[in-house]
Amino acid sequence: MPDAAPTASDAEESSKPRASLRDAGEWLLKLLLSPFAELGALFELLGEALFWGIRPPYRGRLLVEAMEFVGIGSIFIVSLTALFVGGVLALQLVDGFRDFGAENQTGAVIGLALAREVGPVFAALMVTSRAGSAMTTELGSMRVTSQIDALITMAINPVQFLVVPRLVAGLVMVPVLTMLFNIVGVFGAFFVAVSLLGLDPGVFMDRLQWLVDWDDVSQGLIKAMVFGIAVTLIACRQGFYARGGAAGVGRATNRAVVQSAIAILMLDYLVTSLILGQGFF
Amino acid sequence: MKLFRRNAMRLAHASLPPQKKDDPIHVRIVDVHKSYGDQHVLKGVSLDIHRGKTNLIIGPSGSGKTVLMRQLIRLEKPDSGKLLVNGIDFAKLEGLELAAMRRTFGMVFQMSALFDSMTVFDNVAFPLREHTTLSRKEVRDRVMARLSALGVAGAAHKLPAELSGGMQKRVAVARAMVLESEILIYDEPTTGLDPITTEMVDDLIIEAEEMFGVTSIVISHDMASVMRIANYLSFLHEGRIVASGTKEELLRSEHPATAEFVRASRITLE
Repeated sequence: MPDAAPTASDAEESSKPRASLRDAGEWLLKLLLSPFAELGALFELLGEALFWGIRPPYRGRLLVEAMEFVGIGSIFIVSLTALFVGGVLALQLVDGFRDFGAENQTGAVIGLALAREVGPVFAALMVTSRAGSAMTTELGSMRVTSQIDALITMAINPVQFLVVPRLVAGLVMVPVLTMLFNIVGVFGAFFVAVSLLGLDPGVFMDRLQWLVDWDDVSQGLIKAMVFGIAVTLIACRQGFYARGGAAGVGRATNRAVVQSAIAILMLDYLVTSLILGQGFF
Repeated sequence: MKLFRRNAMRLAHASLPPQKKDDPIHVRIVDVHKSYGDQHVLKGVSLDIHRGKTNLIIGPSGSGKTVLMRQLIRLEKPDSGKLLVNGIDFAKLEGLELAAMRRTFGMVFQMSALFDSMTVFDNVAFPLREHTTLSRKEVRDRVMARLSALGVAGAAHKLPAELSGGMQKRVAVARAMVLESEILIYDEPTTGLDPITTEMVDDLIIEAEEMFGVTSIVISHDMASVMRIANYLSFLHEGRIVASGTKEELLRSEHPATAEFVRASRITLE
């Protein structure tokens, strides 16, 4: 019996694997390019914020409100975590240093660690978890309930009105919170090392003052400024472009927190490399 | 600095070409197209909006009503076509001229879109504080006058979340009208409201037109409400206006999609 001539449905069947392969390729390409697209969107928003940030009107009240929300509102959580981080650092270091009789260096190492690394990183993480997530939720809710569209129809630029004050608040307040973290962290470490583990208070403070200088503190503050911008920019970007109702706002908030945490740690490495002149890799 | 911006806005307004304010056609939409990727949503919409009247754009879900509204208020820029407002092509404006022209419009969103962190008073005062140099007393007087006219003066110090849907709509109308905009756009104003509140919102639209002489553009698919308030109707189907005219003309339309929509709504001229 002769073979039947290929029909249109046979041709359709044979093109299906090719189509699914092309779909898979497109999906993979999209996945690989998505971090760059995200980065591009962040820089675009940053550029817009810079453009609108220098143009009048300057809304001082909004800036003060944002600074109060990011800074004053985070004092308790930053102080609490600093107290325990300082305490646990003291516990670990005194225990470790005692093995080779170097526990007198505890104050110096804790001071250095807090000023250069732990202070800015933890302060930024706390701001992310408290203020960053709230910013994304607030802007996301405004987006999905058309409040941002309402601003546009009233001839008010939403980036200037909503994003600029938050970015400036992050830039200013994260370094301030970092300083607070450093001070409270040293206090927590001092209390544990001196009161509980019996270290000499004079030696603790003397070694701290001997090793930690202004360069160490300023290194931490530069990082804090970079983190402050990054955290608020990510939070604003995710909220500002949230879609899909309440569930979409939830997903945006989740993305903002994860991206901010990753950004803080990656930027920490990059900024440290730049400051120490070691190159990136 | 706010004064600087307001002056810049005033200059931008002055630099606009002369507006034709005696033309009975307030807005003329000419061959507007809009696509999102492969999806061609508006396929050459042409439509006249009559000055000082209530103009309704109706059509089934997915016909492009909300997309048309977003072009009309320039939340998005049309791919091509003209949006002639008082004879000026709104689709071509950018920057401060666009901002100045936006003040011609007031918008009442489907979910009211009141700023939930502000009180009712602050919501209505917001456009005045941003765009005028009125004193505090003048702002207060004008806001309270609008709220009183719309029957929500008693809620001035409440937050939007403390109000019913109907009251939120009233506040949204007060906010949209406080700058004395010439055109008010309502996006599906009665969707999700109970019959009593729906009637209240319909009355509100009629009152706004009668009391303040504004041109109203209402986007809706609630036919009962449409029949109550419309002076002029346009039927949007698959990205094109396929029928338009007075209520009577539209109900007698022989266009199949329009006739089917009217039949399914069980609306008659009686």
